[in-house]
Amino acid sequence: MAPTTVAQPYRFAKGGRIDRTRPVHFLFNGRTIAGFAGDSVASALLANGVHLVGRSFKYHRPRGILSHGVDEPNALLDVSRGPGRRDPNNRATMVEATDGLVTRSQNHWPSLKRDIWAVNDLLAPIIVAGFYYKTFKWPRTFWHRLYEPAIRAAAGLGLAPTEDDPDRYVHRHAHCDVLVIGSGPAGLAAALAASGSGKRVIVADEQAELGGTLLHDASSTIDGESAEAWLAGALAMLRAQRNVTLLPRTTAFGYYNHNHIAMVERLVDHPAPGSTALPRERLWQVRAKQVVLATGAHERPLAFADNDRPGIMMAESIRVFLNRYAVAPGRRIVFATSGASAYQAAADAKAAGLDVTMVDTRPEAGCGVQSARLRALGIEVLTGHTVLGSVGRMKVRGLIVAPRDATDRIGSRRTIACDAVGLSGGWTPAVHLFSQSRGKPVYRDDIDAFVPGTSVQAERSAGAAKGTYDLAAALAEGWRAGAEAAGLDGTRSFAVSPPTRTGFTPARKLPTDVDASRVRAFIDFQNDVAAKDVELAVREGFESVEHVKRYTTTGMATDQGKTSNMAALGLVSDALGRPVPQVGTTTFRPPYTPVSFGAIVGQARDALFDPIRTTPLHDWAVAQGAVFEPVGLWRRARFFPKRGEDMHAAVARECRAVRSAVGIFDASTLGKIEVVGPDAAEFMNRIYTNAWAKLEPGRCRYGLMLKEDGFIFDDGVVARLARDRFHVTTTTGGAARVLAHMEDYLQTEWSNLQVYLTSVTEQWSVIAVQGPRARAVIAPLVSGMDLSQEAFPHMAVRIGKICGVPTRLFRVAFTGELGYEVNVSADHARAVWEAVYESGRTFGITPYGTEAMHVLRAERGFIVVGQDTDGTVTPEDAGLAAMIAKTKPDFVGKRSLMRPDMVAADRKQLVGLATQVPQLVLDEGAQIVADPRAPIPMKMLGHVTSSYWSTACGHSIALALVSGGCARLGQTLYATTPTGFAAVRVVEPVFFDRHGERVNGDFAHA
Amino acid sequence: MLLVNCPYCGARPEIEFRCGGEAHIARPVQPSALDDEAWAEHLYFRTNPKGTHAERWLHVHGCGRWFNALRDTVSDAFTASYTMGEQRPDAGKEGE
Ligand SMILES: [Zn+2]
Repeated sequence: MAPTTVAQPYRFAKGGRIDRTRPVHFLFNGRTIAGFAGDSVASALLANGVHLVGRSFKYHRPRGILSHGVDEPNALLDVSRGPGRRDPNNRATMVEATDGLVTRSQNHWPSLKRDIWAVNDLLAPIIVAGFYYKTFKWPRTFWHRLYEPAIRAAAGLGLAPTEDDPDRYVHRHAHCDVLVIGSGPAGLAAALAASGSGKRVIVADEQAELGGTLLHDASSTIDGESAEAWLAGALAMLRAQRNVTLLPRTTAFGYYNHNHIAMVERLVDHPAPGSTALPRERLWQVRAKQVVLATGAHERPLAFADNDRPGIMMAESIRVFLNRYAVAPGRRIVFATSGASAYQAAADAKAAGLDVTMVDTRPEAGCGVQSARLRALGIEVLTGHTVLGSVGRMKVRGLIVAPRDATDRIGSRRTIACDAVGLSGGWTPAVHLFSQSRGKPVYRDDIDAFVPGTSVQAERSAGAAKGTYDLAAALAEGWRAGAEAAGLDGTRSFAVSPPTRTGFTPARKLPTDVDASRVRAFIDFQNDVAAKDVELAVREGFESVEHVKRYTTTGMATDQGKTSNMAALGLVSDALGRPVPQVGTTTFRPPYTPVSFGAIVGQARDALFDPIRTTPLHDWAVAQGAVFEPVGLWRRARFFPKRGEDMHAAVARECRAVRSAVGIFDASTLGKIEVVGPDAAEFMNRIYTNAWAKLEPGRCRYGLMLKEDGFIFDDGVVARLARDRFHVTTTTGGAARVLAHMEDYLQTEWSNLQVYLTSVTEQWSVIAVQGPRARAVIAPLVSGMDLSQEAFPHMAVRIGKICGVPTRLFRVAFTGELGYEVNVSADHARAVWEAVYESGRTFGITPYGTEAMHVLRAERGFIVVGQDTDGTVTPEDAGLAAMIAKTKPDFVGKRSLMRPDMVAADRKQLVGLATQVPQLVLDEGAQIVADPRAPIPMKMLGHVTSSYWSTACGHSIALALVSGGCARLGQTLYATTPTGFAAVRVVEPVFFDRHGERVNGDFAHA
Repeated sequence: MLLVNCPYCGARPEIEFRCGGEAHIARPVQPSALDDEAWAEHLYFRTNPKGTHAERWLHVHGCGRWFNALRDTVSDAFTASYTMGEQRPDAGKEGE
């Protein structure tokens, strides 16, 4: 795509801030559009005479470019920058024209010019405000099946991308003393004032170029310089200072607590040669000591019939396209205004050689010297007129106007031929960020606008954002705001010539000579809300602006009321006969403008979406072909399938190996905490239900921990290494919260205890060697330890060496077999593991995963906290009453165990279930009832918590929490299955080796 | 995101902290001496004021220390941070 000769018929030969030496070409609906570096997509389209850029949301009316900035409600394009780099709903006014862009209009079928859904426009008398709510209510089931899918298919605005986004997005945190948002005259003056203090200043502006309104001000001089020259000087001064960071293309979209401001910086959407290494967007999270809001104001359209025809735009936007982009939006322009600022736009258009007519809704007397000056330029000025409508179809061809008198009697119509219209209904300060900062905007009658009221956070507003439209006043206000924000006192005045034309008379809805209730005068272009929709909502009883907003959808979605807010408030106020301040204003919510998901997500995608923890033995398991499962943040080997094995076969084989010979298991994920200090035993006594004082060094004990409410919190084997040193293990998922729980009590309740808590989960890797041959496997590897039954019994711990490296060797058996847990430092874990595995080969050592571990422990009836308990289970419920040291006067949770509801007979208690059909493995979570024929809803007695096939037993096994379970032993109950119910018998929750004799393994027959 | 002042580390973003609920609720020295109602009161009932609230905060991703802070539940403004065991700075003015 390189035709350089594409004409730009509406481009001026000279002027503007575009770079004519750098032509750019992009596609719009398949047509090549030529522009220059510095163009927005909107300005390039207009340079080529393209106004029609979309169909409206509801009525599918042809729509054109309305504005020049973020307030653009119509020109929302689907923009593609290459494969995977496509997204919808880009404002054409904010997308910089770049070579190779592929842009498309939205919301039409089959084409922009011939859109079948335009039939909605003919149905407009039916599709009024609240249409959906009123019409699609009956019959009830039709909503989900028919109405909603059909409405959604017809209504959606833009198509979500489906491909992976290949771009990179990053987050950045920054601190500054003064954050200036907006770089128009007030913002720049604030930055200049604040930067002189040497304090850290950040200036952010959503536009590609800093300068705001100064970028298109061709008439003002500031302190004797042209606005353009003053802007260049100000920027040069700011750039020269190291304490100032200037961020163009950066939208501050959220103002949060404690002066936390979120901004998104666009980095590679704009032409920047060789910048492919850059991320596409950068999300800034700024914590500012002080904020200056210099966010400017948005121009309001005028409401009259067919005010939405392509070619009808905002008056100030015409000025922007003329002066900043050197583009004529039309050759015969009519301005329609209720205020003074459009007069400057008209004068600029005239100076550019265009044919200009001015229509002012105000009476001649209200227009002062402005109309005289314009007439002196040879422009026809019609004061005291109203606008009755527009003509044209895909593009405006004329504006219908008529004189009005003081009583709104309308004179004879006249159609002024034109190819562009500039509307100005006054200005609305952009108080969005102020409102987000929790500030309440206050209404100023003299400018018919809400302006920032009392500051809630450390911020101040300046310039048009505060309703100060006069350039000299905005500069002075900005300077003062910047100085104050930097802790300086100082004011400065600026000499501006000629004085800014300000002031307007609010016009909610222009008077008309036809039935006003039939006129569709749009106030919210994005949501297709007309003035009469707001009036209808009020007639139907919606009096709160928040309700009117939701009922009519005005100011919703991405628009957030930038162009429409005051029009809607004004109409509600008129309809209710209440002054605007009593009607109030809606709350503005973040984001100010839409933010890409990429920017919000940042680097947290794919592998970085959620951190994954792996043990030092992970790679060994991967090499063995293990299948993994997530356990909290950990990835654990679930089973080790051999060729052709499914999970069932692999788990059965692994279980058989542990019961008959020996298995090896990576238990490194167990939480480990060292509890050390002179008061360690006392601390343990208070935290655990068990008694610890009499536990001898070198011995282990199963410990149970409750929360203060009496419910099981965590469990694990605890080894006493010395009188003042305990090696505590926790569940895999509970490590962090157990440490936090311990620290909480230690720091806040028992700060007199001399105890230190240290997490050693990552330091100690744990190799579980379990099965009758376990001792034989490790015996050749250990030194400094006597493994004999007498010297090293079950539930003992010894410190020695294995493979020459230090170990804390536990003799424990979560499988119920003779077993050891070899704790070695993480660095040595892989080598020790491989040595153990090698040593075990002659015994048929078999690596097993978490699934086999679960089967083995469930066969013995050992619970897993968090699976067989759920935060409402007491030790008694879980059959662990023996773990409670009755002699201790107190421990965390003890008092709660005596509360009446904690000892009630019908509490859910842990039991075993034996299925009537031995092969049937119940679903974990299956509900349990007494009588499957009982009427629905049935009384649920409890649920299955653990359920497995047991190779050792030859039948399925299950643990369950059942109401009054201990008293139901022998009863037949029913568990739900995917197809119905299965009969189960309540049994003791131990299925294998009921007396726990196997923990002595081959000692028994040694 | 709030800016929370740790008495040991200074002002840090909220994501480094965990809030531990109402402060100055001491665990009874002898829980067994409390009747069921008094124990339930200790366990479950909190003041939930509109206005200044004394709260426990843990600088979990920082120094790991617990401390107390006064926060306005309406504006989220912090008026004080103080170490465990220190008296509430606005003692005697609670409930305003
Ligand atoms: Zn800290």
